[in-house]
Amino acid sequence: MSKALNTFTNGLLRENPTFVLVLGMCPTLATTTSAINGMSMGLATMFVLVCSNVVISLLRNLIPDKVHIPAYIVVIASFVTMVQLLMQAYVPAIYETLGLFIPLIVVNCIVLGRAEAFAAKNNAGLSFLDGLGMGLGFTVALTVLGAVRELLGTGMCFGQTIWADNYGMLIFVLAPGAFIALAFLMAVVNKLRK
Amino acid sequence: MKRLESNLTNMMLSLTLVALVAAALLGGLYVMTKDPIDQQKKQKQEAAITSVLPQVEGMTIAEPETADGMTLHKAYKDGEWIATAVETEENGFGGKFKVMIGFDKAGNVVNYEVLEHQETPGLGDKMTAWFKNTDKSGQNILGSNPADRQFIVSKDGGEVDAITAATISSRAFLKAVNRAYNAVGASPVQAATGASQKAVEETIAGETAEGVNNESQAAGNAETPCTETEQDNNPQID
Repeated sequence: MSKALNTFTNGLLRENPTFVLVLGMCPTLATTTSAINGMSMGLATMFVLVCSNVVISLLRNLIPDKVHIPAYIVVIASFVTMVQLLMQAYVPAIYETLGLFIPLIVVNCIVLGRAEAFAAKNNAGLSFLDGLGMGLGFTVALTVLGAVRELLGTGMCFGQTIWADNYGMLIFVLAPGAFIALAFLMAVVNKLRK
Repeated sequence: MKRLESNLTNMMLSLTLVALVAAALLGGLYVMTKDPIDQQKKQKQEAAITSVLPQVEGMTIAEPETADGMTLHKAYKDGEWIATAVETEENGFGGKFKVMIGFDKAGNVVNYEVLEHQETPGLGDKMTAWFKNTDKSGQNILGSNPADRQFIVSKDGGEVDAITAATISSRAFLKAVNRAYNAVGASPVQAATGASQKAVEETIAGETAEGVNNESQAAGNAETPCTETEQDNNPQID
């Protein structure tokens, strides 16, 4: 039981994929222009991560070592395409903002990284928890980063105006702001982990 | 269970199986979601057409026509042409964007909707509402006409205020509006309005000449140093 709990909480802070492992920076920096965008990207990644972890864990003994990477990529890419089709069909509003970034999940190092490092060695139950924990950690990190950038850049948080647009620092919505905000958040997380 | 050995048969079998199952699942899901996706697209387009055309009772919209690479949706009432919604594409700052623009009989812009775009969030993406802010006459283009007012950003000598720190997106947007306006005038109008069509054609000829002047003017301006954010640093990282 404690092992299960340990696996689940691992991704939240101790091995947070964004702030500690520093994996998957491309979607992290590109999609966090607002809190809601960051959160949607995190949730989509979490879905793919959980599904691919479980399937890969179930298949782990049926796939010979020498071809495991192509097989894993096929599994991950299929789930990503599924997310893309489902989003496009049933939540077009979110698809409009995230559509561009969904294909990026395929090459997100977190997904393949967890498949290699965890799912290929553990049973389906634990892999499910690992995917959930890592996915939540990623979602929280992206949401916080998105909220900070949105607040500093436009004076809004989750689309709600906190202070007037005129006081927003435009740079935080742009690429340089993503790096600056990420660096400060990493520093805070490192301080907390000590 | 022990992991399968990496010999040729095992490798080929496992890879083929994984790929086959994945392909079957994706094929099934594609068929399942095809209809809802097409419906979403159609709904969005229809909603855009009605929102950019004047609200007239008993108006019918004709089958779309194409002109100069644009799609024209013409609206008729009692057999007489009253307005056109033009769907057009233009190169913005972050790639192509699609916009639907409605023109009434006199060529005035009724409304517009941006259908798809990849402009910078917080800058260029303001185009979805910027040019229809009726509180600010400098940036509002609704109700005015490219023949009477130069639809060019004020920085280039025109009469429309560009989006703050997104001049490139603004230029592209206004270019799309001008092109759409020309397409409306150039497409055959009902015989009954033949006389007014001639007038429209004349104004267009004038408009194009103005356009050429402005382009040379813009070329002259290009030498002056630019201070916009969009030009100073390339913020697109996707």
